Amino acid sequence: MRKTIGKLFLILMLLVIYAPILILAVYSFTDSGNIGSIHGFSMQNYVTLFTKGELRDMIVGTVLLALVSSLLATILGTMGAIGAFYSKKLAKNFINTANQIPVVNADVVTGFSICVLLIVAFGMNKESYVPLLIGHVVLSAPFVYLSVVPKLKQMDASLYEAAMDLGASPSMALRKVVIPQIMPGIVSGFALAITLSLDDYFIASYTKPATFNTISTYVVNATKGSQTEIKTALWALSTVIFLIVILAVVVMNVAGRKTTSEKGGVRNEK
Amino acid sequence: MRSSRFAKSGLGIPYALFLLLFVVAPLFVLLYYAFTNGQGQFTVQNLAAFFTSPNTIGTLAYSFALAVVTTCVCVLLAYPIAYILARSNMRHKSVILVAFVMPMWINFTLRITALKEILTVLEGNLALHPFLNSVIGMTYDFLPFMILPMYTTLMKLDTSLIEAAGDLGANPVQTFLKVTLPLSVPGIISGITMVFLPSMTNYVVLDMLYNSTYIMGSLIGSYFASYDWHNGSMIALILLLIILIFTLFTNKYSDEDEGRGGALI
Repeated sequence: MRKTIGKLFLILMLLVIYAPILILAVYSFTDSGNIGSIHGFSMQNYVTLFTKGELRDMIVGTVLLALVSSLLATILGTMGAIGAFYSKKLAKNFINTANQIPVVNADVVTGFSICVLLIVAFGMNKESYVPLLIGHVVLSAPFVYLSVVPKLKQMDASLYEAAMDLGASPSMALRKVVIPQIMPGIVSGFALAITLSLDDYFIASYTKPATFNTISTYVVNATKGSQTEIKTALWALSTVIFLIVILAVVVMNVAGRKTTSEKGGVRNEK
Repeated sequence: MRSSRFAKSGLGIPYALFLLLFVVAPLFVLLYYAFTNGQGQFTVQNLAAFFTSPNTIGTLAYSFALAVVTTCVCVLLAYPIAYILARSNMRHKSVILVAFVMPMWINFTLRITALKEILTVLEGNLALHPFLNSVIGMTYDFLPFMILPMYTTLMKLDTSLIEAAGDLGANPVQTFLKVTLPLSVPGIISGITMVFLPSMTNYVVLDMLYNSTYIMGSLIGSYFASYDWHNGSMIALILLLIILIFTLFTNKYSDEDEGRGGALI
C-alpha cells in the first residue's frame, strides 16, 4: 500500500514536470498560435525554425559558442587540474580556492563583474566576441577542473613511475599514462561545459555583442515581443531540443553500460 | 624525478593565470567601482544609497522571501521523491532518476516558456499572481538540483542503521525522524545551496512570467542597462557578501563533493 502511494507520487510529479514540455510539443505541430484552441496539423513552425535567418543564426551561434568555449575550458581546466595535483601546497590552494568562486557565485555577479573588468575598465570591444568567450570559459572551466580532480586522486600513481622507469619522457608518460586514466573525467567535464554554456543567459547578456543572440537571450527577447510566428517557432525549437536530450541520454546510457560491464562493474561498487 | 615533477606542476600556470585575470581581478574591480563615483573619487555614497533607499531594501526583502519560499517548496517536493526513489527496490531506479533530472538539460528559458503557456491557460492573466507564479517557475527550474544531492546522500546511507533502530524498538516514524532525516542533512543542505542563491538572483524567470517586482538580480540588470557601473558594482558586492556568508554557513554541514558541480556530474 505505502509502496503504491509512493509510486503514484513519483508518476504524478513526472507528469507535472513533463506536461508543459509535451503539450508544447503537440502544439508545435499545429498552426495554432495559442495553447488550448484546437487546430489542424502543420509543420510550418519547423519550416520557420530552419529557414528564417535570425533563428538559424541564433542556433548556429549558440552551438558554436558552446563548442569553442567548452573546448577551451576543457583544455584549461584539465591542465589546471593536472598542474595543481602535482603542485606545492600554496599554488594548489590558490587554484582550488579561485576555482570555487565562479561555482558558488551567482551567474549575474560573474557576468556583471567580467563586463565591468573587460568592457568598462579595459575598454574592450564587445563586438569582438572576446568578452563573451572569456565569460563562458569562466563559467565552465571550474566544472571541468572539478570533474578531473577526483580522477587524478583515484589514479594509480605507480603506473606513471613505471612509465618513467621504462624510459618514457615526462610528456610522453603524461600523454600515454596520465591522460588515458583521467579521460572519463575530461569527457564528463566537456559534456558539463557544453550544457552550462547552452543553458546560460546571464553571462551572455552582460558580455555579448549587441546583435548576437544565444538561444536564451533570444527567447527572453522574443517573449517581450508579440510576433506569433517567432513564438510558435520556439515551441518547435523546444521540441527539437527535448528530442536531442532524450537521444543523448539514451546514447550515454548505452555507452555507460558498455564501459561498466567492461570494467567488471567498478562503478556499482562505488 | 625532481625535474619531471616541476614540469607537470607548470601545466597549471595557464589556468592559474586565467583564474587570476578573469575570476579574481574582476572582484577587485567591482570593489573599486563600488566605492568610487563617476570622477573616480572614493565614496561610500553607493553603499549608503543601498541601505537608505526603501526600494533597494524592499528588493532585498522580496528576494529573501521568494528564495525562502522557493527553497522550502523544493525541499518539500524533492525529499519525498529522492526518498521514495532511494529506498525502493524498483528495477529501473536509475532510469526514473534520469527522468527527473533530464529537464535541466533543456534550455531553461524554453522550459519557462512552456510553463508560461500552461499557466496562462490555467490562470488567465499571469500578472494577477506574480509571487505564486515566480515560486512555481523557480521550483520548476531548480527542482532537479534539489533532488540529485538528496538522492546521492540517501543512497549512501547505511541501511544497517535503519535496521538497528527497528531492532532496538523504534517505530518507522521514530526511525525516520531520529536516523534517516538527520543523516540526510548534508544532502538537503547541498540542495539548498543550489536553489537558494539562484532564486535570489535569477530575474529572467520573473520577467518571463510577468512579475515586475525586482529581486537582487534585477537591480544589477537595471544598473547595467543604464550604464551605472558604480551602483551596479555595489549590488554585486552585496550579493557576493550574502553568498560568502551563506557558503561559510552551509559548508559546515554539506558533503564536500556535492556542490553544484557534484550534482551536475
